[in-house]
Amino acid sequence: MLITQLKSKETIVSLVDGKKIFIINCQGCKEVHFPEKEALELQKELAADGKVTGSITTDYICNPENMKLRLEKHMDAIKAADLVLVFSCGVGVQTIAEYLEDKMVCAACDSCRLPGFQGVTPIEYDCGQCGECYLNLTGGICPITACSKSLLNGQCGGSKNGKCEVDSNMECGWERIYRRLEKIGRLDVLKCPTQVRNYATDDEV
Amino acid sequence: MKITELFERGEFVVSAEVGPPKGIHIEGLVEEAKEYLSGVTAVNVTDNQSSVMRLGSMATCKALKDAGLLPIFQLTCRDRNRIALQSDLLSAAMLGIENVLALTGDHIKLGDHPQAKPVFDLDSVSLLHTICKLESGEDLGGNKLVGEPPKFAKGAVVSPCSDSVDAQLAKMERKVAAGAEYFQTQAVYEPEKFIKFMEKAKQFGKPVQLGIVIPKSAGMAKYMNDNVAGIHVPQEMIDELKADKEKTKAGITGVEIAARIIKECKPYCQGVHIMALGWESKVPDLLKQAGI
Ligand code: SF4
Ligand code: SF4
Repeated sequence: MLITQLKSKETIVSLVDGKKIFIINCQGCKEVHFPEKEALELQKELAADGKVTGSITTDYICNPENMKLRLEKHMDAIKAADLVLVFSCGVGVQTIAEYLEDKMVCAACDSCRLPGFQGVTPIEYDCGQCGECYLNLTGGICPITACSKSLLNGQCGGSKNGKCEVDSNMECGWERIYRRLEKIGRLDVLKCPTQVRNYATDDEV
Repeated sequence: MKITELFERGEFVVSAEVGPPKGIHIEGLVEEAKEYLSGVTAVNVTDNQSSVMRLGSMATCKALKDAGLLPIFQLTCRDRNRIALQSDLLSAAMLGIENVLALTGDHIKLGDHPQAKPVFDLDSVSLLHTICKLESGEDLGGNKLVGEPPKFAKGAVVSPCSDSVDAQLAKMERKVAAGAEYFQTQAVYEPEKFIKFMEKAKQFGKPVQLGIVIPKSAGMAKYMNDNVAGIHVPQEMIDELKADKEKTKAGITGVEIAARIIKECKPYCQGVHIMALGWESKVPDLLKQAGI
């Protein structure tokens, strides 16, 4: 079980600033609490600016087959957008980011841990429910689970031939992040401020 | 003294690395450092290098300082959370250690306690950021320090011959933004790659020390090629090490190769950092041959 929480309005507004966006909502999964009402309100405001090329609301986008079927019908609207904004848990965002390989795919929510099970396919795309989703700084690849040291600020010196120093069978997560950002022409996001992880759980802060 | 003062004066800064022993007897290390590293400006002390548990970097720095050498305190994020890191920084400053090299650290799986808990609460970039915070008189939690804050020369590392050199440059940029004042590099065996890297790294305006590991044998070179990130020893060099086994064993070939690399790269960098890995006794000869 986990909880998704909307990122702050300022964060989302500065993220989509002036860009055309396509919105994806993932709801209806019993394992995840979704802030439906708040998300809808925010999306109305975003739509008022006339920059939304389209939106869908679905469930289980963490299931790649399901997700592809749903997205296919909206490909034109997705292509017309500069950025795909996903309201879901971290697994959902990562599933879409992998599929829409040329697009900047951003998370509108943070995933916080509650004991239990998440989504239906947390095998390939893993979300550590870190409480402050970093996918917007990493091109939709989770630095918490894809990097052996869960580094937030870039690659360590241990990557060799694109593999991680800990396990030569594992791709270096930060190599993947760099290549992805390069591909979508968004290496600029690496110039973001220094990130420091917050380990305090929500009710402690 | 801060090593950054020397860079500011335009000096070509030579530093060398020493690794503390797995035990409490440090006399040998200090004697060797005094004997062989007198021509070197600063001595870098590794922090449980390769995740192998040893005597601490800070204590060793203090012993070297007492012996009249200029120590650089290597600090990794592998074994300490942000509280321990900041506390150690204050302790180092209290002991008069003014040079810090901020590292993420090797993963625990690479060392002699693979069962340990990897910490990585911070990483090299956020550690640099944290040092700057302390220098401003506040800790990372935003609490005021009592009295005069510490002040360090803040170093960082970069891997110029890495196969992901562009990702490394991006990381270097983040380190500069977070407060890094100078850089030491991973060992270089391919001067062309290093020079190309420096062309790009120049934009950050920070001094860079060329990393040197004296190659001890063809076997060592091959081992590094297979296992050490960011290092590639070209085949000609391996052949050179193979050619005269006695000469290589005596360290003559390795020193010749290292001196050549330094000479070739010297016009493009602001210093050299020698990781002698037990061959400290070869350092004076290397410096002489390299013309420094
Ligand atoms: S950064 Fe990773 S672990 Fe954190 S919420 Fe996003 S997907 Fe989950
Ligand atoms: S090699 Fe890559 S994946 Fe492994 S710890 Fe370093 S940055 Fe992370």
